Amino acid sequence: MNDSTMNDSTMPVLQVQELSVALVGAPGDAPRHVVEGISFDIRAGETLCVVGESGSGKSVTSFSVMGLLAPDALRPSAGRILLDGEDVLACTPERLRELRATRMSMVFQEPMTALNPVRTVGWQIDEVLRAHSGMDAAARKRKILDMLESVRLPDVERIYQSYPHQLSGGQRQRIVICMALILNPKLLIADEPTTALDVTTQKQILALIQELQRSHNTAVLFITHDFGVVAEIADRIAVMNRGKLVEVGTRDEILARPKEAYTRMLVSSVPGLAPAARQAAEGDPVLVVKGLQKTYAERGLFKAKRTVHAVRDVSFTLRKKEIVGIVGESGSGKSTLARCIARLIDPSSGSVRLDGTEIATATKREFHPVRKRIQVVFQDPYRSLNARIRVGDSIVEGMRNFGVPEDEARARAVELLDIVGLEADTMDRYPHQFSGGQRQRICIARALALRPDILIADEAVSALDVSVQAQVLELIEDIRARTDTAVLFITHDLRVAAQICNSIVVMKSGQIVEAGDAAAVLTRPQDGYTRQLLDAAPGRHWDFKRFRRMEAAAS
Amino acid sequence: MSTSIHSIAGGAGITPAIRKRPRSALVRTLSTWPVMAALAMLAVIVLAAMSANLLGLADPMSINPMERLKGISAEHWFGTDAYGRDVLSRVIHGARISLMIGAGTAIAALIPGLVLGVIAGYFRAADMVIMRIMDGIMSVPSILLAIALVAVTGASLLTVLIAIAVPEFPRVVRLVRGLILSLRDEPYVEAAISLGTPTRVLMMRHLVPNTVAPLIVQGTFIFASAMLSEAIMSFLGVGMPPEFPSWGNVIAEGRMYFQVRPELILLPGLFLALTVLSVNMLGDAMRDALDPKMARRV
Repeated sequence: MNDSTMNDSTMPVLQVQELSVALVGAPGDAPRHVVEGISFDIRAGETLCVVGESGSGKSVTSFSVMGLLAPDALRPSAGRILLDGEDVLACTPERLRELRATRMSMVFQEPMTALNPVRTVGWQIDEVLRAHSGMDAAARKRKILDMLESVRLPDVERIYQSYPHQLSGGQRQRIVICMALILNPKLLIADEPTTALDVTTQKQILALIQELQRSHNTAVLFITHDFGVVAEIADRIAVMNRGKLVEVGTRDEILARPKEAYTRMLVSSVPGLAPAARQAAEGDPVLVVKGLQKTYAERGLFKAKRTVHAVRDVSFTLRKKEIVGIVGESGSGKSTLARCIARLIDPSSGSVRLDGTEIATATKREFHPVRKRIQVVFQDPYRSLNARIRVGDSIVEGMRNFGVPEDEARARAVELLDIVGLEADTMDRYPHQFSGGQRQRICIARALALRPDILIADEAVSALDVSVQAQVLELIEDIRARTDTAVLFITHDLRVAAQICNSIVVMKSGQIVEAGDAAAVLTRPQDGYTRQLLDAAPGRHWDFKRFRRMEAAAS
Repeated sequence: MSTSIHSIAGGAGITPAIRKRPRSALVRTLSTWPVMAALAMLAVIVLAAMSANLLGLADPMSINPMERLKGISAEHWFGTDAYGRDVLSRVIHGARISLMIGAGTAIAALIPGLVLGVIAGYFRAADMVIMRIMDGIMSVPSILLAIALVAVTGASLLTVLIAIAVPEFPRVVRLVRGLILSLRDEPYVEAAISLGTPTRVLMMRHLVPNTVAPLIVQGTFIFASAMLSEAIMSFLGVGMPPEFPSWGNVIAEGRMYFQVRPELILLPGLFLALTVLSVNMLGDAMRDALDPKMARRV
């Protein structure tokens, strides 16, 4: 397994040679490797993206480099990790601690949990300097304020005194980056640093990492599952699968000319922004939402009453066989809207008509027969199924509630499992025996059991790996084509919406900012916010399916 | 048409990989030696208490003035008390009362606690009312309640049980209410609601079974603390009638002769301490085993 053949005179900052990491298991068992014989290197100023699906071993690799593996669970069993020529695996814990701040540092996925909530961020950055530099207090403070400025934080004196919860997610991640880079390390490991952030924030953070990398000539090991992000920032890409390195190459080699079948499959599963060619649905409207509002009154003993508008005056129409995408960043009210329509919560005002029947104001009793016509698939496949109940019983539950005889219901459940691509013996198993993608299929089967008119998919593919995501999207599309089901597809990801939706509704702060035909919204956005979202979508210049850049696709 | 679907199913990652069920975390946590020792200790005490009449022991209540305050001997392994009663027999019969109080209190606190907790957690309207009543009940000290009950109805096992269980059960209500509040937001519960599952079925199928594990753990802690409370009450003279051989009574009677015959207090005290310790250790181990966070780490 050879890595890049680039002949650069400078020595790589990081060389990983034939690294294997074994699970520390019961003695006597053959050791199980979570990472097996991987080699790559990173030069100064270079970004290597390690891409892979969950369980591919990419995080274990980065933790091995940092020496952060849990010693009672994972142990490097072979190979070397050379940082500036020094073998990290052979270092004493003291030496490692020294290396960690000064030569290599790490940025984690969730900035809220990476920071200590009871200390000001200034104190926390200062801690790094106190431990590793001989500077006096005034010099340290000056350096920190400079660094805060260089990560583009406003009003640095105030930020210095702030606690993590007083900052936004993007600001917190800037603090973590500031902390990681303050001692000017040679290697920065970024483990999914933008996954928890909204796209617009993600774009800024990625730009910031690139900018700092250029000015400090840092080598960056960037771990991500998102090919869009990879396309934005990678110089070279390493693809991992099940602990093995599949392929290493420059960005264009991997994205445009992948050699391995696995890489081809992975890259072609990545949703791009190119709208799939589909015409606007012409069917009869099944769901008409008019002026829907959801407000929460925030009351305090000593505070004035404050009203929060989660959803504000939202109107749209869903037609038979249509997939309408509702797109927005976190806090845009898209999920609240879905829950109002499914009546998991009661809307404050406005009208929701299902085939002409008003359901927004229906009482619980009146709504009961309507329940089966609107079904929801949720985001988290691990929490969407009751772990104590057999899969078959979960699927049958709805039919049982609406009086379908038991054997008929079970026969239909088997049929549904077949539709979603699972075997009939799934019925008697428990949810923990299935992967995330399989569980999401079970959830879809359960939702379809009542033959709903409307399927609400609330971030239904967001928690899945791209290859599984592509399969589930295909499944939803297939179901729409076979039945008359209309789909309300809620997502934060415009790229996913582009794959599947006939029309797209863009929401911001509880309001619709733009709505229309998918192709129109994606290619000729009218609203500034939509443009901003499109512009921030990572990998927008690539058409992954066709292994080429978008400019070429557009011409 | 179905071929296209099967081709989807054949893709990578979704070939039905059945994960082997790992050895139950419960079994693994319980098979450490301190837990095994606790289990063995409890087994001995429970067996002895159940077969107290078959062991050929002296009558724990028969008074024999000739045998007052005899020390440890082959005939009386633990000696005799100020009335000449066999202390070993009183301690073993006392285990009966302690265990009955412990188990009885646990059940008496858990069942109403579960019912009220589910109601308070699920129905927002009932929550306010139930929880304020619970706050009120919790403010009654069990000793005070016991004194009042003894004054009204006389000392008995039931009085003691009620006096301990009543202040205890609002804690169970709080625990269950908290669990239900967080379970209500689980997507699978919302999915069940949108499948039209009736509220009663929803509770029995999706909510109550998921509260069982923490309830069992809470039950063991109530068990242990009830045994201690009984001993305290009997010691203070507001618990079991003095002629009954409860551990608290045995210790209370031995108090006066501590300087002459310290074993009158030390031996029953040791039994009480060991039993409470065993039950608590078992409860700790079960909490660790049943807590999903711990289970994931193990």
